[in-house]
Amino acid sequence: MQYPTNLKIVRVPCTGKVDVIHIMRAFEKGADGVAVIGCLEGECHFNSGNLMARRRVEQAQKILDTIGIGGERARMYNLSSSEGPRFAQYATEITEKIKELGPNPIRISKNKAA
Amino acid sequence: MIVADRKPIEEIIGYLKDHKNILVLGCNECVTVCEAGGKKEVGVLASALRMHARKEGKEVKIDEVTIERQCDREYLDEIRDSIDQYDAVVSLACGVGVQFTAEQYHSTPVYPGVNTCFMGATEKRGLWTERCQGCGQCILATTGSICPVARCAKRLFNGPCGGSTDGRCEINAEVDCAWQLIIDRLRALDRLDEYEKLCPIKDWSTDRAGGPRKVVREDVQQ
Repeated sequence: MQYPTNLKIVRVPCTGKVDVIHIMRAFEKGADGVAVIGCLEGECHFNSGNLMARRRVEQAQKILDTIGIGGERARMYNLSSSEGPRFAQYATEITEKIKELGPNPIRISKNKAA
Repeated sequence: MIVADRKPIEEIIGYLKDHKNILVLGCNECVTVCEAGGKKEVGVLASALRMHARKEGKEVKIDEVTIERQCDREYLDEIRDSIDQYDAVVSLACGVGVQFTAEQYHSTPVYPGVNTCFMGATEKRGLWTERCQGCGQCILATTGSICPVARCAKRLFNGPCGGSTDGRCEINAEVDCAWQLIIDRLRALDRLDEYEKLCPIKDWSTDRAGGPRKVVREDVQQ
């Protein structure tokens, strides 16, 4: 099973651990996109962590839209931990989407300034 | 507590356009509880401001500090040694905090980061409603602990106006009729005879109508 190599995986015990600030910091440090991948809704190992994560991703999307980075760069995906091929599919999907959107606008300005 | 709501980021960006060294100052009390100006919100706002500035090609330094509260000098003193490096402060405290911070550090512009709304309580997470307007002469003892000054649209003191429908105020179907609530509560407490007692004319000089107010306690002053 193959998936794009440009995905950096950060493991968390539950997507409920992911907060808005973590998503924001990823973009601040130059990430072109952020995918929050959690359990299927209704099957969270810790009850409702993935539901909270979804809300937080939506909050982050709004803020990213306001400041001009683009909310489409952050997305939430749900899958079961046994669905390997689906993970590969999502990884490919987000990679394609980000390639279309282009690099993080912060990095473009930094390169211009350099 | 004092309930506040976050200001739109675009508005804050507008305040800061000519500044290069900014401190985002949060408050650990009321605004933390209503999720508008606590440590988390400071972090998110600072990150958003940094990204926006970098996107515009601007070099800005944005620091984040959250102190216990901004309405007491002892906490504001904690930033006294570092305040001079900043040319602007965005205070996420309530209106009191913003003003008091500016009074302590009068040579640094202090901008508000939240809109201060009212004194209220958390009905559930994400829903805060007004309960008190600080009229200075509390009559909750006679109204079954429900305030007609804050919750009655007409601020009536001696019973309902007759405009309510199904226990809702005539101004808005989502607003409860305060007097309906008062009567229901007094009935449940078996104290409906309190309702019969007339409330005298209120002295409004202790309300905001009498001008900015103060509380003086000479017995505790140093």
